[in-house]
Amino acid sequence: MSQSNSILWSFDVDGKNFDSAGFASQSTKFKLRQLGLNGDIIKRVAIAMYEGEINMVIHAEGGVANVEVDEDKIIITLTDTGKGIADIEQAMREGFSTATEEIRDLGFGAGMGLPNMKKNSDELIIDSAVGKGTKVTMIFAI
Amino acid sequence: MTIRDVVELLKAEVICGEEFLDNEIKSACGCDMMSDVLAFVKTQPMLLTGLVNPQVIRTALMMDMKCVAFVRNKKPDEKVIGLAKEHEIVLLSSPYRMYDACGVLYTSGLRGEGACE
Repeated sequence: MSQSNSILWSFDVDGKNFDSAGFASQSTKFKLRQLGLNGDIIKRVAIAMYEGEINMVIHAEGGVANVEVDEDKIIITLTDTGKGIADIEQAMREGFSTATEEIRDLGFGAGMGLPNMKKNSDELIIDSAVGKGTKVTMIFAI
Repeated sequence: MTIRDVVELLKAEVICGEEFLDNEIKSACGCDMMSDVLAFVKTQPMLLTGLVNPQVIRTALMMDMKCVAFVRNKKPDEKVIGLAKEHEIVLLSSPYRMYDACGVLYTSGLRGEGACE
């Protein structure tokens, strides 16, 4: 639930443009800096959000990234209407990836994205339905 | 060492960020897999890589890195250079292959972070 004094922003993540992937995370990092948050939490949010944003582009043809900054936490919500994750437990395993060879050539698809999002956030919630899409929520305590 | 020292050791061309060459670099990492940079790198302010797409700059940005050196004479396009300029990241291009580039810097005292946990 949003508190009345929370700060919100959101981005459309273009799933057809790999070059622009990461723009939402880059902008979020800048905004968090402007808000005066400490460097450690900004870096954790930036890494986790960027991993999620890349996932949205390579697996789900984009979606929406929402950021909410409350007094005591930051909530990142990444929502797509892509193909969904069939087996979340398997997807969470380090090294497991369904990325294509082309994506690997660009430096991604090592199967570290979701585990790294879990490592950098204080709470990671994945809600996914095959054929309908995925909602990833990451919470960072301030 | 300073980024200027890195330029000399790697026989590198400075693509952008001339004004930051006197900044200090205390450690570095070499990797072509941005996923692994995001997952395994901790505080190294410099990346050596053979990839030249915009996600290399975004990865460096997320990791608070100050300098990216492209090995094997690779050079990014103008869009990638623009992104690096915008975020004050120094870009270098070295004729050395990855293994040699890392070796030259390592033996000159620029270390990494040792073994993974």
